[in-house]
Amino acid sequence: MRANKHSYILMAPYMILFAVFTVLPVLVSIVLSFTYFNMLEFPKFIGWQNYTRLFLEDDVFLIALKNTLLFAVITGPISYIACFVFAWIINELSPKLRAVMTLVFYAPSISGNVYFIWLMIFSGDRYGIMNGLLLKFGFILEPIQWLKTEGYIMPIIILVQLWLSLGTGFLTFIAGLQTVDGTLYEAGAVDGIKNRWQELWYITLPSMRPQLMFGAVIQITTAFAVADVSIALAGFPSVNYAAETIVTHLIDFGTTRFEMGYASAIATVLFLIMVGSNLIVQKLLRKVGE
Amino acid sequence: MPKKRVNRSAWGTLSLFALLTVFGAFMILPLVYAINNAFKPLDEIFIFPPTLFVRHPTMNNFIDLFNLLGNSWVPFSRYIFNTVFITGTGIVGHVLLASAAAYPLAKHHFPGKKILFSIVVLSLMFTPAVTAMPNYMIMSWLGLIDTYWAVIIPAFAYSLGLYLMKQFMEQIPDVLLEAAKIDGASEYRIFWSIVMPNVKPAWLTLIILLFQILWGSDGNGFIYSEQLKSLHFAAGQVVAGGIARSGAAAAVALILMSVPITLFVFSQSRIIETMATSGMKD
Repeated sequence: MRANKHSYILMAPYMILFAVFTVLPVLVSIVLSFTYFNMLEFPKFIGWQNYTRLFLEDDVFLIALKNTLLFAVITGPISYIACFVFAWIINELSPKLRAVMTLVFYAPSISGNVYFIWLMIFSGDRYGIMNGLLLKFGFILEPIQWLKTEGYIMPIIILVQLWLSLGTGFLTFIAGLQTVDGTLYEAGAVDGIKNRWQELWYITLPSMRPQLMFGAVIQITTAFAVADVSIALAGFPSVNYAAETIVTHLIDFGTTRFEMGYASAIATVLFLIMVGSNLIVQKLLRKVGE
Repeated sequence: MPKKRVNRSAWGTLSLFALLTVFGAFMILPLVYAINNAFKPLDEIFIFPPTLFVRHPTMNNFIDLFNLLGNSWVPFSRYIFNTVFITGTGIVGHVLLASAAAYPLAKHHFPGKKILFSIVVLSLMFTPAVTAMPNYMIMSWLGLIDTYWAVIIPAFAYSLGLYLMKQFMEQIPDVLLEAAKIDGASEYRIFWSIVMPNVKPAWLTLIILLFQILWGSDGNGFIYSEQLKSLHFAAGQVVAGGIARSGAAAAVALILMSVPITLFVFSQSRIIETMATSGMKD
């Protein structure tokens, strides 16, 4: 203990804050999920009641769950694969062109929440760029209320979410590709690798396993946490809850209705889904290139 | 990496480049549209059919924006100060604390090391929404509600920085640290004068990633006083102003996005170098 004193002292400031603002909240949230708590009275223990209400009585939660899974199943894999494929193509460009293309793909996700540009594009009047184009070329006769029509809301949010999704994961892959040992490719060519697809599967992907794992964690977490884009584009609450997600549902109960116990149950469910899907994906990734 | 590689078919190259062009356009066109909109006179924003490029560029939108914000209850400069202060303090604190914690995790052996690091890795999977409400309660117990610190202090303990720093510090050769130890340097001295200068590129990466998070934060839910709110929050209000403010909103969009993008352009090569050498070993 004494020998390691310095290690603990160096870590202490970070670890204390980390415990207070990350670990403790998760634990508090799990405990509160078994209580009725309205911020005014002391929490009252009610067992599994929040969870049974969530899955059996709350129709909107089921919509939120369905939407969130839909987001995750579509944007998760697509954005993950897109991150990799574009990083992979860009990596073969000359350094100057590589820098430009990296910026092109990375810019949307770093430009600080400017997704309200899409509000102008999908604006419901004829001056919105999408309506304008469709009217001009005669595909439609009347402007469409994109963000107020149930059927269009989800596809639009998925599109915008994909636009935003080439972030940290993308950058990690670009960097990872540059560390792959060039001599491996030459050795591969000697060993009879015939095209770039075989190169990709047998050499590039296995060499990048750590980055692939890190990227997966980031993309999965982002895919399950859709809320900001939904609120910014479709409003809160959205038309007939068409864009409700687990996180917007959580915000609804936590900050509007002050049902903290119930909101904590929602948070706990989300937390379990995220960790669970991360574990599954990491298992799958271990099989890459085998 | 060799410039020309074997095993390449022209057809494959062509189709990959076509893919890159199409999706590149999808990524960049909305931003190009946003940039052009900021310079469009109001009648051109509402032209039919809408145009991508500006025909008669004007600075009026920016002038309108500054007038609009100049007349608001809280002066515009205050929002800028708030955002810069939150971003700056958050970054400095996080880089220092995360590095100090990363050094022992990367280079020392002590009980509990594995477990501590796995908890941090696990926490990469949380979205802030999961912890937002208990965080609110903790903040209010600590009396941090409605201060800058409600945004800044949790930023000190984000998990991303510790993770990146630890992976990067593992690359520092042990010999270097042992030599310093033989010369009688204390652990703190080693951390400050040897480890920290060696991980400069990692700071830069962290600064950029954190800048994006903090620059876009609006302290929503923790900060009530108008005087303490961020640029991003003020921008949101301009955008919410509707059609009459479309020009000003376009100008806001441009101002908000130009800062992080510029920062990234200037540090791009160093960042990619860090992410590359950080190895990401598990």
